[in-house]
Amino acid sequence: MRIGIPREAKPGETLVAATVTSAAQLVKLGYDVVVESGAGAASDQPDAEYRAAGVAVGSAEDVWAAEVVVKVNAPTEAEIGLLRPGATVVAMMAPARSPELVERLAAAGVTALAMDAVPRISRAQSLDVLSSMANVAGYRAVVEAAHVFGRQFTGQVTAAGQIPPARVFVVGAGVAGLAAIGTAIAMGAVVRAFDIRPEVGEQVESMGAEFVRVELANEVSADGYAREMTQEQEQATAAMYDQEAREADIVITTALIPGRPAPTLLRAGTVAAMRPGSVIVDMAAANGGNCEGTVADEVVVTDNRVTVLGYTDLASRLPAQASQLYGTNVANLFRLLTPERDGRLALDLDDVVQRSITVVRDGEVRWPPPPVPVSAAPAPAASAGSQAGEPAPPPAPPDPRRRWYAAGLGAVLFALVAAYSPPVFLGHLTVFVLAVVVGFYVVTSVSHALHTPLMSETNAISGIILVGGILQVGSDNLVVSVLATLAVLVASINIFGGFLVTYRMLGMFRRG
Amino acid sequence: MTGLLLSDPLPGLVQGAYVIAALCFIAALAGLSRHESAKRGNVAGMAGMVIALLATFLLAARNAAAGEGRPLLPTMLVIGAAMAAGAVIGTIRARTVEMTGMPQLIAMLHSFVGLAAVLVGYNSYLEHGHTSGAVGAIHDVEVFAGVFIGAITFTGSVVANLKLSGRMRSAPLVLPGRHWLNLALIVASVALLVWFLADGRGAGEGELGQGLLPLSVMTVLALLLGFHLVAAIGGGDMPVVVSMLNSYSGWAAAAAGFLLENDLLIITGALVGSSGAILSYIMCQAMNRSFVSVIAGGFGSGAAAGGVAGEEDQGDHREVRADEAAEVLARAGSVVITPGYGMAVAQAQYPVAELTARLRERGVDVRFGIHPVAGRLPGHMNVLLAEARVPYDIVLGLEEINDDLPDTDVVLVIGANDTVNPAAAEDPASPIAGMPVLEVWRAREVIVFKRSMATGYAGVQNPLFFRENTRMLFGDAKAKVEEILRHLSAEPQRASESSRAS
Repeated sequence: MRIGIPREAKPGETLVAATVTSAAQLVKLGYDVVVESGAGAASDQPDAEYRAAGVAVGSAEDVWAAEVVVKVNAPTEAEIGLLRPGATVVAMMAPARSPELVERLAAAGVTALAMDAVPRISRAQSLDVLSSMANVAGYRAVVEAAHVFGRQFTGQVTAAGQIPPARVFVVGAGVAGLAAIGTAIAMGAVVRAFDIRPEVGEQVESMGAEFVRVELANEVSADGYAREMTQEQEQATAAMYDQEAREADIVITTALIPGRPAPTLLRAGTVAAMRPGSVIVDMAAANGGNCEGTVADEVVVTDNRVTVLGYTDLASRLPAQASQLYGTNVANLFRLLTPERDGRLALDLDDVVQRSITVVRDGEVRWPPPPVPVSAAPAPAASAGSQAGEPAPPPAPPDPRRRWYAAGLGAVLFALVAAYSPPVFLGHLTVFVLAVVVGFYVVTSVSHALHTPLMSETNAISGIILVGGILQVGSDNLVVSVLATLAVLVASINIFGGFLVTYRMLGMFRRG
Repeated sequence: MTGLLLSDPLPGLVQGAYVIAALCFIAALAGLSRHESAKRGNVAGMAGMVIALLATFLLAARNAAAGEGRPLLPTMLVIGAAMAAGAVIGTIRARTVEMTGMPQLIAMLHSFVGLAAVLVGYNSYLEHGHTSGAVGAIHDVEVFAGVFIGAITFTGSVVANLKLSGRMRSAPLVLPGRHWLNLALIVASVALLVWFLADGRGAGEGELGQGLLPLSVMTVLALLLGFHLVAAIGGGDMPVVVSMLNSYSGWAAAAAGFLLENDLLIITGALVGSSGAILSYIMCQAMNRSFVSVIAGGFGSGAAAGGVAGEEDQGDHREVRADEAAEVLARAGSVVITPGYGMAVAQAQYPVAELTARLRERGVDVRFGIHPVAGRLPGHMNVLLAEARVPYDIVLGLEEINDDLPDTDVVLVIGANDTVNPAAAEDPASPIAGMPVLEVWRAREVIVFKRSMATGYAGVQNPLFFRENTRMLFGDAKAKVEEILRHLSAEPQRASESSRAS
């Protein structure tokens, strides 16, 4: 089958759905790939390199005549008209927010696969474009903020005075938020971050940022995304946002709820109270923004000189890498769709990943797909159960007195045995018990790396049973003599073998 | 000569020598607490053994000179010949054994102690027969216990040896009602002990009575018990089994010590016995399992239930070629290598050591993370790496390395599986849940050397292989590491260029 990679129609779009490398991977899966001339130019993917990798370069007509068309942005009305009936189109479509697009695709009688509808399960991670794009965008958000911010990120103590480090506050610790945290930390800023899912605090801290906690009850969502908060919770966090934003030089907001407008987190009053020169990067601008006053794709400077960046094309501002990641996600998707590696696309709706991304199948609307519980979230039944009933009481600790009873009983039994035992035996028993205690303390301190030598060493010294054999060899009884000789033989194997092997092993350990 | 042997101070001298020998043995074990003192410890152990044996020769000679038993010269000749033969065999084995074959050798040596304990127990009974009174009863119990423990150690160690050397299937032998079978064997042995004691009360001083019958029946039962106990345990639990048998061999020696009223034997047996017990305990903790469940061989059956969970589709794994891996390693700033039994099987420790040396020359921080149950013997990996001359100060344990893994650029997992399984930490339903593991998935990149996608001995699928930051390098570990080495030496130029560029 033929895969067409068109030039993106969206003005200013720099991405391409297949780079030279990823197009070559598609070719390896058995597809004929044709790229529209100049499609990769803005991502540093010249036509000549496509040709060198065995990928055809053609006109727009060649591309749209292909059985499969792979794009970055959702196809426009005009582009849908170019698709041939029964074709498959793959792109980021935001199907939940664009019902009219879904209807148009269905009317065109095509199959539409939404790259941005990949479920968040570990198996599908390699095709998750939202994660790859968010990762790039998070990095770029910090770079854009640094560009606008009139100061350095790192704190310095110089002969000319002290420069405090920039304070960055990141809202939302998803992929974009974590990428932004990592970048800001790497640039030397002091970073604080918040997420309404308290369980991601560990991830935030692992990136080197401080996790801001608000004492709130919040359940884990079943699909891995944060859910919109209740009115009450929102009020409780509003004060925190206000406080954190006032103290920060740079605020990066990444709060998104799938299929819904972005929640407003920074009120106009908060923005007005921020220091002049501060920067807000609203990564949710495309969905309405997390900040009052954000204008999508625009730079807004407030009266108190706070800059609000509403760029929605952050990923496109790093075109080469973003295209590479997108292309690799696409290639991984086709690897899934082409189980036979024969260049024939086989859509299997029983597979949960393929089912989830299928928006339209041969003109029939298949959206929305059944929900897929993510592997990251705990089973909802478990959390429901613990909320419904009292948590099971922890097992009662064993009665401490029982230990005393047992010790007492043991002592009495031992006293009885001891009373009727000959003193010689008790003498040996004393030695035995003390040796066990000594052995316990001596062996506990042996380093783990030396456990094998310890074993061969103890093996060697347990050959001391040879002593018993030696004393019995001289017996009058022939059977005893023979058996004792045998015992001497095997025990000496032990002694010599054990010590030598220990010696050999210890000789190998050396310091670097 | 004879006068000297029969002189009064000699028994005291021998006892004194035994005390010194016992102290030497304690020093030998204490020396193993640190690498620096380990060799000195071993020398102390050898010295203790020489002192003890010389003292025992004197004692045997004194007995012979006093006219007890056979004459002096033949006795000493027989002892000397037997010891010389044992020394030759032991030396040859110790010199020729491969470090990867260490578990088998140690299991075999355990079996010798067990056999010797059985023989000494029989001899003691055959020579002295029953004794009357409380002393006699205790003596009889000692004989019985010594033979019992010795016999279990003997067959158990033989089976462990066969399993470890691959001459017997390492899968657990599951007989119907195997726990009841074990219990029945123990109960029967206790009943035979009662018979033996009753026989002792009936028999006169120094007489054998009918005691040989219950004693030999019990020996057969104990041999069976030892066989069955170890045969029922899977190959993966062998580290615990070997240290448990180590412990048994110690108790067997201690029992012989009681029998012969020899404090040196008692002390040594107790040292060895507690040493093995502690090692088993450490192993079990490292696997988050109770000692009883390991010994009862419960893992094989537990994995069956977990196997269903392992069936679920984990997604795709990504492969990496050796040259790509070499490139990743050349770029890395820090590398942690976590070897497992697979490294021992592939004999890959030498190329791994060379890779380590090569990377360290380039300034890469290379360290090793060793899981306590990696390999088939406690500390097995350490010995292999030491054999290949990896400096021991870069070989770290589980707790030492786990905190550093999130800051590590690349982790190489060489022939390890269950010890790096994230399911142990994350999936409460997993059969290995709660077992402390090397958290390699926290590193930036993980490269897993593996022969195929098969599961480890726990039979649990490993989600690590499907992680986003994991790539699989399939093939024989040794061949693949050597391939990486070739690529590494082929591209020193490129590496230095890229470091200049950055």
